[in-house]
Amino acid sequence: MSDNLSPSRNRAFFIAGLGVALLIAVFLSPFASKNPDGLDRVSQDLKFDHKAAEDAPARKLPFAKIFDEYALKGVPKAVATPLAGLAGTLATFGLAWGIGKLVVRGSGSSPTDDQVSPDSEPSDQPLD
Amino acid sequence: MVTVVLHNISSNSLLHWMIQPQLAMHIPDGFLNLPISLVTWVIAIALIALSLNRAQAEYQERAVPLMGVCAAFIFAAQMINFPIPGGTSGHLLGGTLAGVLLGPWAGSLVMAVVFIVQAVVFQDGGITVLGANITNMGLIGTFCGYYLYRTIRQTLGRDSWKGMAVGTAVAAWTSVFIASILCAVQISVSGTVPFAVAMSAMAFWHLLIGIGEALITLVTVSFIWRTRPDMLYDPPRKRRVSDSRSLVQR
Repeated sequence: MSDNLSPSRNRAFFIAGLGVALLIAVFLSPFASKNPDGLDRVSQDLKFDHKAAEDAPARKLPFAKIFDEYALKGVPKAVATPLAGLAGTLATFGLAWGIGKLVVRGSGSSPTDDQVSPDSEPSDQPLD
Repeated sequence: MVTVVLHNISSNSLLHWMIQPQLAMHIPDGFLNLPISLVTWVIAIALIALSLNRAQAEYQERAVPLMGVCAAFIFAAQMINFPIPGGTSGHLLGGTLAGVLLGPWAGSLVMAVVFIVQAVVFQDGGITVLGANITNMGLIGTFCGYYLYRTIRQTLGRDSWKGMAVGTAVAAWTSVFIASILCAVQISVSGTVPFAVAMSAMAFWHLLIGIGEALITLVTVSFIWRTRPDMLYDPPRKRRVSDSRSLVQR
């Protein structure tokens, strides 16, 4: 019951998943609603939005020279957000994968369980 | 007058913010006081440390690319605001989705990565309040959301689509709602705004935003349930014990 789900099938799934994420970030992001979202709206309505720090620490990082929030600087407005989406999605993918690689133990060490969780009784998770 | 001037300036910057995709509950620097910020940092760091430990102990290698893909998808989906009646918008948070796919441990790591990238690279959500943002929008989903989903699923039928669907939808909605309450508590205890008005306002909008979260999470999980159920953290058990290649019947 172990390695009969072929690696290529898994790889196809992961590539498809990443592809969907990239499509969303690049092509859907320009169509996102421009209404203020939950906390933004509340902070405007209740008039505490001015309490947000003008000189936020993030603005002093080198990334702030490249991205103005979700817009890449120095490119036409039409592509600024899609490019920011592309960069962010890839960066997030890479960072999460990298952390996974560092943390998750072993390369296919256990031949018995192909799933990410111990397939035991549902009620006894280790650290409940 | 000073307030008016400040408000004009902040309105200009808000107008500026408004032409970007916004995020539902990302607290900016300045909304939380130091004690609240510290407390939420401690919570976030503690749970992330725990998650690192459990992830190392429990997960198989295949979880690694799944973490990457899940993080990428959630980052991308968080950029897509959907309009809410009343002139507001919401977007997916994704904590429950990460929990359902990867369990609370790897799911929490995934959410932490998403919020770190958002805050550090895109100035979305303050860095000083990143602990609060990770806790509210990530860890509530990956812990409360995941365990609620699991409980409902066990009650309604662990291997049934219905159990998964109800569990996912309820957990997703609830995690958004709880997150909004927590956020309201944090900003009011910080003295930024009185509690009662903050709570009612946040709860109101996130009642609605939570519906979006439930729908998007359910559609995504349901798709995976039907195509690659083995990718879920608690996959449905197969009816036929012998044939391991078969996909599970609903």
